[in-house]
Amino acid sequence: MSTPFELLPAAASATSVAVDVVVLLVFAVIGVVSLGVLLAMVLFVVRYRRRPGNLTGRGHDLATIRRFEFTWCGITAAVFLGLFVLGALEFDRVERVPAGAEAVDISVTAKRWMWSFQHANGRRELSRLHVPAGRVVRLHLTSEDVIHSFYVPAFRLKQDVVPGWLRTAWFRATAPGTYALACAEYCGTEHALMRAEVVVMEAHNYDRWLAQGDDGRPPLAAAGRALFERLDCGACHETRLRRRAPPLEGLYGRAVSLRDGSSVLADDDYIRRSILRPDAEVVADYQGGVMPTYAGLVDDDELLLLVAYIRSLAHAEGVSP
Amino acid sequence: MKSWLTTTDHKRIALLYLGTMTLFFTLGGLVATVIRVELATAASDLVTADTYNRLFTLHGVIMVFFFLIPSIPTFLGNYLLPLMLGAPDLAFPRLNLASWYVFVAGGLLTLTAMVAGGLDTGWTFYTPYSTTFSDSHVILAVLGVFLAGLSSVFTGINFIVTTHRLRAPGLAWLRLPLFVWSLYATSLILVLATPVLAMTLLLVAIERGLHVGIFDPEAGGSPLLFQHFFWFYSHPAVYIMILPGMGVISELVPCFSRNRPFGYGFVAASSLAIAVFGFLVWGHHMFVAGQSYFASVVFSFLSFAVAVPSGVKVFSWLGTMHRGSIWLTTPMIYALGFIALFTIGGGTGLALAMLAVDVHLHDTYFVVAHFHTIMVGGMLMAYLGGLHFWWPKISGRLYSERWGRIAAYTLFIGFLLTFLPQFVLGTQGLPRRTASYPPEFQFLQGLSSAGATILAVGYVLPGVYLLASLVRGRPAGDNPWGATGLEWCTSSPPPPHNFVRPPVVTDDPYDYPRAPQPTITGVGDA
Repeated sequence: MSTPFELLPAAASATSVAVDVVVLLVFAVIGVVSLGVLLAMVLFVVRYRRRPGNLTGRGHDLATIRRFEFTWCGITAAVFLGLFVLGALEFDRVERVPAGAEAVDISVTAKRWMWSFQHANGRRELSRLHVPAGRVVRLHLTSEDVIHSFYVPAFRLKQDVVPGWLRTAWFRATAPGTYALACAEYCGTEHALMRAEVVVMEAHNYDRWLAQGDDGRPPLAAAGRALFERLDCGACHETRLRRRAPPLEGLYGRAVSLRDGSSVLADDDYIRRSILRPDAEVVADYQGGVMPTYAGLVDDDELLLLVAYIRSLAHAEGVSP
Repeated sequence: MKSWLTTTDHKRIALLYLGTMTLFFTLGGLVATVIRVELATAASDLVTADTYNRLFTLHGVIMVFFFLIPSIPTFLGNYLLPLMLGAPDLAFPRLNLASWYVFVAGGLLTLTAMVAGGLDTGWTFYTPYSTTFSDSHVILAVLGVFLAGLSSVFTGINFIVTTHRLRAPGLAWLRLPLFVWSLYATSLILVLATPVLAMTLLLVAIERGLHVGIFDPEAGGSPLLFQHFFWFYSHPAVYIMILPGMGVISELVPCFSRNRPFGYGFVAASSLAIAVFGFLVWGHHMFVAGQSYFASVVFSFLSFAVAVPSGVKVFSWLGTMHRGSIWLTTPMIYALGFIALFTIGGGTGLALAMLAVDVHLHDTYFVVAHFHTIMVGGMLMAYLGGLHFWWPKISGRLYSERWGRIAAYTLFIGFLLTFLPQFVLGTQGLPRRTASYPPEFQFLQGLSSAGATILAVGYVLPGVYLLASLVRGRPAGDNPWGATGLEWCTSSPPPPHNFVRPPVVTDDPYDYPRAPQPTITGVGDA
């Protein structure tokens, strides 16, 4: 985005080229239609200008009008439908984490006015995010105060970060380099300065970088396990005989049937909700009213640890609920 | 003075609104000037970041709630609706006066908030920033906007009842001027949507003042609930702003093409379709906020659906010009400017309605440029076009046609220079609402600021020559443009109760092929 003549910033993620095609296509449609309207107006103003001999309009009969209006509606509706479908299909690709990919999980915390990141092995960094090229990076985002928005123009990626929710987003960076990360949702005084850098490294360099920064802090999942034990969650969630609470092995990323007959995807936010409001969405075949709420007992960072631990059990052997 | 402040004459109340809104517009414009000067350089150097946040909020709140929403309905609508219907006044003249007082009270409350230290939430009041984190005067400002909304409801009810009850004999629904149709559709939105805004803003005040958890997640509320409520009003609100503008254009184009509207029924029906569909698209402001994929897809689809009736309008205006006798007067230049800019603004709206595209463009300068193209390029062009069209009727005087044209072209060029660069800035990925920005965006920001100075000249000019016309202008006569419509069948300006003898309508509207020729000579002839 260095010169004014590059319309889009250099594409640097697996989805951004396809998004660019759609962007340029719709821009072309806008350009053609706008120029067409402008040309038609200029043409009419010249050709039908008011002059002696042309002091009144000659109009159109009703049948002509009707035919043209309906044709026009049909053409616009067809073009709009096409644009809608293109946008929706591409959106699906942008939103949905590719199935089967081994993801690098990174927790992102937004607060006024900085971004902090925590990698799977516990390494933390502030205002700079190191990620490997070529691998799927899955972000788990939360905010400590107001709404922010995680925006990396080079990845064509934007996700609002809403306090009280855990959002996920993903990207796969294609080329090593340094890319701008900005907050896109107005968040107060220094909103303009809430920027950070995304440093994309070759995968092996990232692994080395990650290992170097292993400063003895436990990995997220291990820290989550420690917290899990301290809070004695296992008393119910690991006591298979009494079946007071659903087991957590293999839970993450699966659809869960609830007592009210509906079904919900066990993602970050579902787990977070279940810790804070256990009786809101009770799993089918379980009684409500067993688990106390942990709202106020665990803070946002601790919630991220618990979620990281449960996520680490995604492929573990366990009792099928 | 007293006779003005206690008047129930819709024409005088319209002029009270004109004066009040011109003051608000001037204030909002001055603030925009400071904003553009600040943005001419990459650093935050003219004002502090905190001041900048207060300035763009002030600009947004004033322009949206105290100019764009009321502008055409309360000034041109108020003035023209009874005249176009052949009625002596609106159905509830005193309610009309009350609406102005409530509007002024709301404006004063909001201005008090601004003087007392300002508001820094943006005109969107997003929670929990507005309810918990902002240390500015949220409650005062919110109550001011609440009152402005109440005034809108008064006006909406008045227009609906007037259109139903006070049409002249023979003025069937399908003979109504298209401007009346657009006012009617607008009034429906005003009455149905504004209460939701009022409720939402009161909830913001309650949460902020009494710490009741409604929108703040810390207290068990939901910030997304606020967004749903807010946009449920504020998306229809952009149709409140643009529909009357479309109505004005639908008057100007037939008159200056000397043709019947191309598809009267289509144009009238499209106003109603836009009003109805406009209620169902609010979620397109929340594609990246975390609503479900399914919800986003539905809202995207409906947003495309609302574009079809908008396309009908553009097509009909072009069709009206086709085979016409086009007279390029000042109002017509504004109308053509409107059509061009509305097409660009509407088209870029389609880009934003496309899900994957919006992920990249949401909350960037692209949105700023899109919104201003519809609102400044569209709505304001229509407002000025209408002002120039009906000025001879309202004042009884003719303004300088030469200066009128210079101002119209200046505005058009200034507008393009100001906002086209912003489309590019947004596509390049510059988020909006920032006092400072990375230096690589400097060139286009500077270009935009340069364009804004031309735009400013374009705004000042009409103020000068229109006021001058009151003193020096030639008398306009009853119907200088040779226009159809009942408002042209009475004197300029009209007498207190509009018509000496109540008019009776016997013909269909816009019979331009048989209308009287203009009485102005030497104006706009090729």
